[in-house]
Amino acid sequence: MKSALAHARYVLGDNVVTAFAFGMFALFLVMAAVGPWIVPYDPLANGPNPLEPPSSRHWFGTDQTGRDIFSRVVAATQLDFAIAFASVALAFGAGTLAGIAAGFFGGWWERIIGRMVDTIMAFPLFVLAMGIVAAMGNTIFNIVLATGIINFPIYARVARAEANVIRNAGYIEAARIAGYGETRILFTQILPNIMPIMVVQISLTMGYAILNAAGLSFIGLGVRPPTAEWGIMVSDGANFIQNGQWWIAAFPGLVLMLAVFCFNLLGDGLRDMIDPRRRT
Amino acid sequence: MTPAAPLLEVKNLNVEFRTRAGTVKALERVGFSIGKGEAVAVVGESGSGKSVTAYAVMGILDRAARVTGGKVAFGDLDLLQASETDLADIRGREISMIFQNPRAALNPIRRVGDQIADVLIRHGNVKRADAPAKAVQLLATVGIPDPARRAGAYPFELSGGMCQRVMIAIALACDPQLLIADEPTTGLDVTTQAVIMDLVMELGRRRGMAMMLITHDLGMALEYCNRVVVMHAGHVVETAPTAELFRRPRHPYTAKLIAATPRPGTALRALASIPGAMPNLRNVSIPPCRYSPRCERFGSDCERPLPHFGEGGRMVSCWNPV
Repeated sequence: MKSALAHARYVLGDNVVTAFAFGMFALFLVMAAVGPWIVPYDPLANGPNPLEPPSSRHWFGTDQTGRDIFSRVVAATQLDFAIAFASVALAFGAGTLAGIAAGFFGGWWERIIGRMVDTIMAFPLFVLAMGIVAAMGNTIFNIVLATGIINFPIYARVARAEANVIRNAGYIEAARIAGYGETRILFTQILPNIMPIMVVQISLTMGYAILNAAGLSFIGLGVRPPTAEWGIMVSDGANFIQNGQWWIAAFPGLVLMLAVFCFNLLGDGLRDMIDPRRRT
Repeated sequence: MTPAAPLLEVKNLNVEFRTRAGTVKALERVGFSIGKGEAVAVVGESGSGKSVTAYAVMGILDRAARVTGGKVAFGDLDLLQASETDLADIRGREISMIFQNPRAALNPIRRVGDQIADVLIRHGNVKRADAPAKAVQLLATVGIPDPARRAGAYPFELSGGMCQRVMIAIALACDPQLLIADEPTTGLDVTTQAVIMDLVMELGRRRGMAMMLITHDLGMALEYCNRVVVMHAGHVVETAPTAELFRRPRHPYTAKLIAATPRPGTALRALASIPGAMPNLRNVSIPPCRYSPRCERFGSDCERPLPHFGEGGRMVSCWNPV
């Protein structure tokens, strides 16, 4: 554990971009953890000064009902991150397990899981997510489920391809010779060896999941107003851009972009930390 | 030399590979035995079926392969009939194996000490808490300096020779009765080869372990093994105690192999070579003696089904032995 921490410090010190991404990620995590309790205004309460541009009183300005946009943006982090984490966890768990089983066992496993993945991939993914939420009702659970389902093929495919390669590695044979059963090999040899690649996928799809959840809310199929959520806020603000009131949509959009950017940068750094072969 | 009840007995083993281009009869009526504590070399050129034999014994043949007949007796147990669970229990505890590419045979993202401990725990030889200490002890046994520190190393941090020592430590962790060494020193440089082989033999002798050494190096067979099994194109062509085999080879193929082995004091030019190549085993019409197309002693007898002449621990499968 101690050496893992020392290694993490080394990776961060060695790579400025990674350190920056982790710093930004930490900031987002703090916002998600305590955001709603530290913001200057109640994110849901209407204020006396609607449509006020950014000022020292309202850093990001106010929206059409006088709510403080800064407070709303910070408070929304919790919900957006929770949806993204939950859906990625779902897709990661189900996709990785299905993928390594398909890649390692082959045969029927591979055929069934392969066709499942093909079916999901046959839809435009955002439209599929819209369909799922529209059919099942727009609750947060259904948003998580829909986002998880559209991310499932990414994990299943990568895991299948990797397991297929590792299946023939010498150490798998060696494990078999040491008396390991197939299931044990799957979990103790295959899974740990594809983890570095899967972790990079996590950070990539995490950004995608946040975008997807915000996108659903943007078109009215996600979280409902007046809840503070980045997609809803961008959607609200879109009506006012033509009148010159750009700040309502711009700030939540900017934070959304930063969050996705942060996750994309995170991938490389995480792989460096997890894959021992990169230690030198 | 051969005790009454052999440890491992392979009888009439047939293995086929199904490929797109047809069925390959990789092993045909392969038979030999290994006694308790005995070191037996299996020699032959590439593709002669040495490794396939080992994999068949271990029950880890490729999916395309099929055992179409024969018997592999390990003690009282027929390994070909045993359940997958029984086999898994035997592998690593009763029969172990080391390979020619040790680095590939180690899990790249686990520390080597943990990998040794895994095997110990898997077969329940030690308590979970004691496994790491036992692993360090095993690393010391195989001659790795500073074993406590090396236990924390990843395979890519060790040299090829070191990796093979780790593999040996894993293979010997549970004191198996039989070690199958599949060209264990092929990937190593010459000085390391000798050191590794001496180590394996020494540790094996101390434990009374039998060994099946798969090699194409006749010198190694001569130096380390009690008996030699010569294979060619999926047949066992000759079996004999090592000294006798080298003094008086009976099968023409064996004789050629020995003549083709470089020795100190002979010019390289004087080395024999064997004309032709092994027959294509996909052909439907392979002659009964698969060496006959390359054989200088080929005669009309050779069209008949192969004999197995045996006397005093020797066996030769040829109508016109030398």
